[in-house]
Amino acid sequence: MVDAPDVHISEPAATYKDSVGKYVVIYICLLIIAALQFVIAYSHVGTAAMFARMLFLAIVEAGLALLFFMHLWAEKRGFLLFVLIFTGFALITMQYGWTDSFRMELGVPYTQPKSGVVQQ
Amino acid sequence: MSHADVLTQPPHPQHHHPPGMVVGLPPFDVAAKKMAIWLFIIADGATFAACLLAYGFLRNGNPEWPRPFHSITNVAIMTFILLTSSLTMLLAVRAGSANDKPAAFRFTMITALLGIVFALLHIREWMGLIGEGMTLFHNPWGNPIFGASFFSITGLHLTHVTGGVIALIAVGLRYKGGRYNASDLEVVGLYWHFVDLVWMFVVPFVYLLNLGH
Repeated sequence: MVDAPDVHISEPAATYKDSVGKYVVIYICLLIIAALQFVIAYSHVGTAAMFARMLFLAIVEAGLALLFFMHLWAEKRGFLLFVLIFTGFALITMQYGWTDSFRMELGVPYTQPKSGVVQQ
Repeated sequence: MSHADVLTQPPHPQHHHPPGMVVGLPPFDVAAKKMAIWLFIIADGATFAACLLAYGFLRNGNPEWPRPFHSITNVAIMTFILLTSSLTMLLAVRAGSANDKPAAFRFTMITALLGIVFALLHIREWMGLIGEGMTLFHNPWGNPIFGASFFSITGLHLTHVTGGVIALIAVGLRYKGGRYNASDLEVVGLYWHFVDLVWMFVVPFVYLLNLGH
């Protein structure tokens, strides 16, 4: 059995050199992007186009928050890549079920016949 | 003695490390507490993503999906409050790292207060929808799954906000009392920004895409 070294580590807070002005600029950018989403919600476009635009804006908004509010940009590049690749992989692998969702909507192929439909 | 110096000190003669064991800087030069909260954020982000994905799956598969929201005023105010609370949290962390203890404590408490206002507005909105007849398994507008998915996602987020408010107050008070330091503020700040980040996806997909024109 190997003993762990008895070292007490007091973790210092990271010191970020960003100015308050930079934080306020990013905060205003986030407010503008959020406002754009509300504007899009009232625009006369199809649901798919509306979804695509809102998703794009949400990703930009989240990116700004991750990089500057959560200081990911100030961390080592290795850590930034670790977070992005690890999270991105998990999110992308979740997308495999969409085809089933479209089958539910369209009723084809391999789905149960809708009630009242007489099969030939 | 700096953080890195402590970690790179040769082990005590009494401690024998096995051959090949590396004793050095933590992974990515990120402190242990911060690494722990980042791992939590990644896992929790996957949880929210799974919830939103399931919601999208159901919404896409049900063309008769209800569009019960007729006003964006409440959700716009909630969004403004949560984004502003992220800014005040940033200012708290910044003041903490500059050893400005009173300012750090003040901004942490302002953040908690904004979180409480957000939660109260959220509960008021829920009460309005429940008053219109929406429950987990029934609503007057059509597909009954809508209530379950709406309350699940917004409820999970509201739980995170509530937990965050409690954490902000607890950490803020202990920071003021000297038991916690600025690194603890930074950790709770990361969690709070994550709660804000999730809301950036909940608003467009759960509220704005279900806006009745």
